[in-house]
Amino acid sequence: MTTTSSNIDERPDFEICLEPGKSERHYWADLWRYRELFYILAWRDISVRYKQTVVGIGWAVIQPLLSMLVMTVIFGQVAGLPSEGGAPYAVMVLSAMLPWQFFATSLTTSSASLVGNAQLISKVYFPRLIIPASAVITSLVDFLISFVILLGTMVWFQFVPSWRILTLPLFILLAFVAAIGPGLFITALNVKYRDFRYVVPFLVQFGLYVSPVGFSSAVIRDKFGETAFMLYSLNPMVGVIDGFRWAIIGETTPFHWPSVAISLATALLSLFIGISYFRRVERGFADII
Amino acid sequence: MSRPIISFEDLGKRYQLRHQASGQSYVALRDVIAGLPSRIASKLKGGLRGQSGTSTEEFWALRHINLDVQPGEVVGIIGRNGAGKSTLLKVLSRITDPTEGKVTIRGRVASLLEVGTGFHPELTGRENIFLNGAILGMSRNEIRRKFDEIVAFAEVEQFLDTPVKRYSSGMYVRLAFAVAAHLEPEILVVDEVLAVGDAAFQKKCLGKMQNVAGAGRTVLFVSHNMTAINALCKRGVVIDQGQVVFSGSADEATKQYSEHHQICQFGEYRPSAQKAAQRAGKAHIVLARVTSPSQEGTGYFPCGSDLVFTIHCSVPVGSSVCLGLGINSRMGERVVTAHSSTQQTSTKSTSGELRFECRLSQVSLVPGTYMVKVALDCLNTGYEDDAIDDAFSFEIVNSALSRQTKHSHKGVAIYEQTWGIDN
Repeated sequence: MTTTSSNIDERPDFEICLEPGKSERHYWADLWRYRELFYILAWRDISVRYKQTVVGIGWAVIQPLLSMLVMTVIFGQVAGLPSEGGAPYAVMVLSAMLPWQFFATSLTTSSASLVGNAQLISKVYFPRLIIPASAVITSLVDFLISFVILLGTMVWFQFVPSWRILTLPLFILLAFVAAIGPGLFITALNVKYRDFRYVVPFLVQFGLYVSPVGFSSAVIRDKFGETAFMLYSLNPMVGVIDGFRWAIIGETTPFHWPSVAISLATALLSLFIGISYFRRVERGFADII
Repeated sequence: MSRPIISFEDLGKRYQLRHQASGQSYVALRDVIAGLPSRIASKLKGGLRGQSGTSTEEFWALRHINLDVQPGEVVGIIGRNGAGKSTLLKVLSRITDPTEGKVTIRGRVASLLEVGTGFHPELTGRENIFLNGAILGMSRNEIRRKFDEIVAFAEVEQFLDTPVKRYSSGMYVRLAFAVAAHLEPEILVVDEVLAVGDAAFQKKCLGKMQNVAGAGRTVLFVSHNMTAINALCKRGVVIDQGQVVFSGSADEATKQYSEHHQICQFGEYRPSAQKAAQRAGKAHIVLARVTSPSQEGTGYFPCGSDLVFTIHCSVPVGSSVCLGLGINSRMGERVVTAHSSTQQTSTKSTSGELRFECRLSQVSLVPGTYMVKVALDCLNTGYEDDAIDDAFSFEIVNSALSRQTKHSHKGVAIYEQTWGIDN
C-alpha cells in the first residue's frame, strides 16, 4: 500500500498548483490517498466514544431498547394500531427503530463534526469530506451492536426471518446516503452559522414522529390514499424503514417499489446538494472556523 | 539550476476582519437575519452607512509574494508577529486558499504548524503516534516501520500505554515532536515548533532538523530564534507587512532583521494612534516603560542595576487580568520571563485602569540591546488579550561589574566572581 501511494507522489511530474477559487483537479484522488486518515479518524471516534463511561457500549443498546418499549406500549397497546403482517408489534417497531437511530446519530455526529475538529482543520490539509464521513462510522458501529437487540427480540418471539434479511445492507446504505447528504450540508453551514447546531436536534425529534417508526406506513396509505403516500415517501426514511420491514418481517409485507424509488431519489438529491455545497465552501473553512 | 520545487507568483491573501460589538468570533444566522432590514434600508439609501453593529475591514496578510525555492534548499523565514509568515505557510500547506496569484509545488508537502495536532487526550501514547502520524500524512506501514525510532526519540517507553492526558507537558511535547520529526516528505514546512520543550530537547530537535536538511530535503522554517535560523538555514527571507523585504543568505537576513528591529520604541512603549483606536474598549496596554531607581532617564542601564517595569493598562471594568513580561536578546532568545501571577493569580479591575509594576533586582545581563515583550492576558472568556512582541527595547551598558570580569561578553549574564586557586 505504501509503495503505490508513494509512487504517485514521487512521479517527477507530481505538481500542485494553488490558485484562488480553482477547485482541485486531484480532489477525488486525494480523497483516496487520504483513506488511511479516514480509517484512523473513524477508529479514534469509536475508541474514544465510550471511554470513561460506566455502561460503555451498553448505551448503544439501552437507547433503542427503551424507545422500542415505549413505542410498542403507546402505539401498539394504547392507540391499538395494527402491526404489519403477522409480526409482533415489538419486532415491527424495532425493525424501524434501528435504522432510525442510525440515521439520527449519523445526522447528529456528521453535522457537528467539522466544528468539533476545528483544531485539525486550521492546522493540516486533507480533503475535508473525510471528517463528516468518518463521523458516520461510529453510528454504524452502534447500529451493528444494537442489532443484537433485534436478534434477541426475534428469538423471544420465536420469529424466523426469511432470506430477505440479506438485503438489509442495501437499506443501510440508503439510510447512510439519506443521513450524510443533509449532514454535509448542515456541518458546512455550521462552520459559518453556529446556530445550525440547534436545527439538528429539532430535525431529529420531529423526524421521529413524521417517519413511520412507531407505526406501520400502511396506516398512512390506508388513511390518506395513494397520492398522499407518494408525497410521504419524499421523506427518505420512509423508504428505508419500509425496506427494513420488508427484509425482516417478510412475505406478508408487500414491497412498494414506487415509494422506495422516491425515497432513493430524495436521498440522492440531498447527497448531491450536500456534496456540492460542501465542496464549494470547503476551501474557506480554515479561515472562518 | 533545476526547476524550483516551490514557486510563489504574485501571491496574495486577503482576510475580512469583522469588528463586532458582541465579540463573537462567528456569525449567527440570527444576527444576519436581524441585520437584514437595516442592511436593505441602507442599500436603498445608496449604501451611505455600513452594516449595523458590524463593520468589515479588508486586510492583506500577504501581497505580491514572489519567491522561488530550489530543491534541497533550507530556507528560514523571519518576520515579526503578524508579518504574514504563518499565513504563507498556511497557503503552502493548502490549509487556506490564496486570494490572488499562484503557488506551484512540485513534491509532497508535510507541514508542522503546531506540535501534536490532533492528539487525543484519552488515547494512549501508542495510539496517538498512529493518529498523529496519519494526520501528518504518514501511512500506517511507514509509522510501524519507524515506531521504535519515534518512541526512543521521545523517551516515553514506559508510558506508551498510558493515556496522554496523564503525561507531563514535557513528555507530551516530546512525543508530538518525535512523530513529526520522522516525516519524510520532499518538502517540510515548520512553524516555530522549536520554541517548546526544555533546552536539551530543543537541541535534540535542532539536530534532527539538521539531519532532515542534510538529507537533501527542502525545508521552510519559521522562527523568531535567530540562532536557530543561522544554525539550520542557508537562505533567509525576511517578511514584513505581508511582503518579502529581503531574500538572501541566512546571515544577512538575520542581521538585516535584527537591525530593522531597532526601530521599535526605545525605553518605553506607547501604542500608535491607529492601534489605540482599534483596541478602544478592549483590554490594552497604554504605556509600558522601564526605569531604574538609581538612574535618571530611560533606556540605558549599567549592568547590575535594579530595573523597574511599569505598565499602565486600560481594561474592561470587572475583568480579571494578569500580565507577563519577557526580555529577549537581539537574536530573539528569551533571557528573562516575569509574570504577575507569581504575586497574585489574577487582578480584577474596578476602575478600568490598572498599573503593574515589576521590579527586577540587579539585572546582570551582558551589555547589549534587549527587546521586551508585554502580554496582557484576560482570564474571562470572550475578552481579547493584548500582546506586544518587541514592545520596546532597552540597553544594558558596561558597569564596574561587567568591566571587572573578563570575557564577560560571552554568555547571557554576568556574576561577581570569586576564585580560589590552589597551586
